[in-house]
Amino acid sequence: MLQTILFWIFAIIGIAGAIGLIFNKSAVYSALSLILNFFSLAGLYLSLSAEFLAAIQILVYAGAIMVLFLFVIMLLNVQDEQGVLKFDPRQGIAFLIGLAFIGEMLFVFKDFAGTSLSGSFAFGQVEAVGRELMTRYLFPFEMISVILIAALIGAIVVARKHSYH
Amino acid sequence: MTAVSYTLILIGAALFVLLTGAAYSVYLERKVSALIQQRVGPNRVGPFGLLQPLADVIKLILKEDIVPTSADKLVHFLAPIISVTIALITFAVIPFARVEGIGMTEATNGFLVIADVNIGVLYILAIASVAVYGVTLAGWSSNSKYALLGGLRASAQMISYELAMGLAVVSVILLTNATYGGEGGFLRPGAIVEAQRGAWNLFVNPLGFLIFVVCAFAEANRAPFDLVEAEQELVGGFHTEYSSMKFALFFVAEYLHVIVASMLITTLFVGGYLGPFEGMLGVQDWGWGGQLAWGLGWFLAKTVFFVFVFVWVRWTLPRFKYNQLMDIGWKKFLPLALANLMLVAAGTAIYATLTA
Repeated sequence: MLQTILFWIFAIIGIAGAIGLIFNKSAVYSALSLILNFFSLAGLYLSLSAEFLAAIQILVYAGAIMVLFLFVIMLLNVQDEQGVLKFDPRQGIAFLIGLAFIGEMLFVFKDFAGTSLSGSFAFGQVEAVGRELMTRYLFPFEMISVILIAALIGAIVVARKHSYH
Repeated sequence: MTAVSYTLILIGAALFVLLTGAAYSVYLERKVSALIQQRVGPNRVGPFGLLQPLADVIKLILKEDIVPTSADKLVHFLAPIISVTIALITFAVIPFARVEGIGMTEATNGFLVIADVNIGVLYILAIASVAVYGVTLAGWSSNSKYALLGGLRASAQMISYELAMGLAVVSVILLTNATYGGEGGFLRPGAIVEAQRGAWNLFVNPLGFLIFVVCAFAEANRAPFDLVEAEQELVGGFHTEYSSMKFALFFVAEYLHVIVASMLITTLFVGGYLGPFEGMLGVQDWGWGGQLAWGLGWFLAKTVFFVFVFVWVRWTLPRFKYNQLMDIGWKKFLPLALANLMLVAAGTAIYATLTA
């Protein structure tokens, strides 16, 4: 009962955040809506007793990535979008891809409709995640870190115009 | 008394102590700075100026609240609220004492804590990582160059020092885990305190303590890391355009951050509510009143000491330059914290092998 109420509260706030992200004209307000969305996602994880995922969701996405987003938006002093909406063929393509994505998700999730989650599973708790990462998924886990480092080094190389000797 | 009303009373008591504590930290700051600069400090309102915080609060409430015409009204209004809220909710997982033998603390494993959650340490880190929003948004919404620069500095500084701070906390978790021999529950702040019965983490992991304390200074935006509000360069930094109660909220949030940081240092490194010779004195047989007074007394004494250290450092050390700040964060403390983590990991592995 309580879980259902919490689900609806977090789901509505999350969707409101997502809609706010798309429709706000100011970049800072969009970023703030996305933060709201992240917090409600963390709440949903908590109601699934995936505490670790919830904490990491806030720590990494709301606490680090979005702070950098805001930093860049503020540093570049991004101006608000102007009022008139012009048609751009790219928007049509994006719309179609979005529709296809929604259809795909509905197709996948229809198998899970009506499944209830019992309280006994622990996929999102610290020990379960740690054990899986350090045993079964050790190689992909290490590969991801290598890829991230490569992206970082690439960004520095691109950003640096000339090397000083 | 039901568990819910017990928790509510605990929250009420904690809020009262914290907000009063924040007001009196300001008094402490002014008195200690006066001591350091060979002045007298506030001494007019009440005996020894003890009622000064009260007078300050009345003054701030009565001031006119000015919002700049070109400010973003909504965010300008929200920023101080975010600051204070985030500063306050960290206290939920900090254990203030350990009281056994009464029904009320059974739900929280005997700890006098508002919520004994099993991701407590991660919760603290998560809250610390979103604490920057209050300052950043205040800087942006004011629509002023000085405030914006302060906000930008805040976000860069907090992200930089969070990493080293997180690594220092991980080393504490490793030590706690080693004490319990790999049994679960080691992310609970209460478990971390209990694991320090043998020796405080300060002595086992001195480098981690040093890194954590410095990062706590940076996260609280206190001198020598107060570039966010550097008066000489940025007028008042992020709160330049704030007045009246909204400014007071930022002020309270700063001192709440100092108190939170002191409580965290106490909990993670200095044995929290544990006092010396507990086994010899037989504290566990003192009944709930004795246990409460003993635990709370030590916890508060250690916290007040670290609040004093915060003030002491502010009035002793000059401010860093911005490039120095970044250098220290990324090139000194991050590698140092990584090395310390490796050292502690190796140490606990050797310890586990020897005792197995």
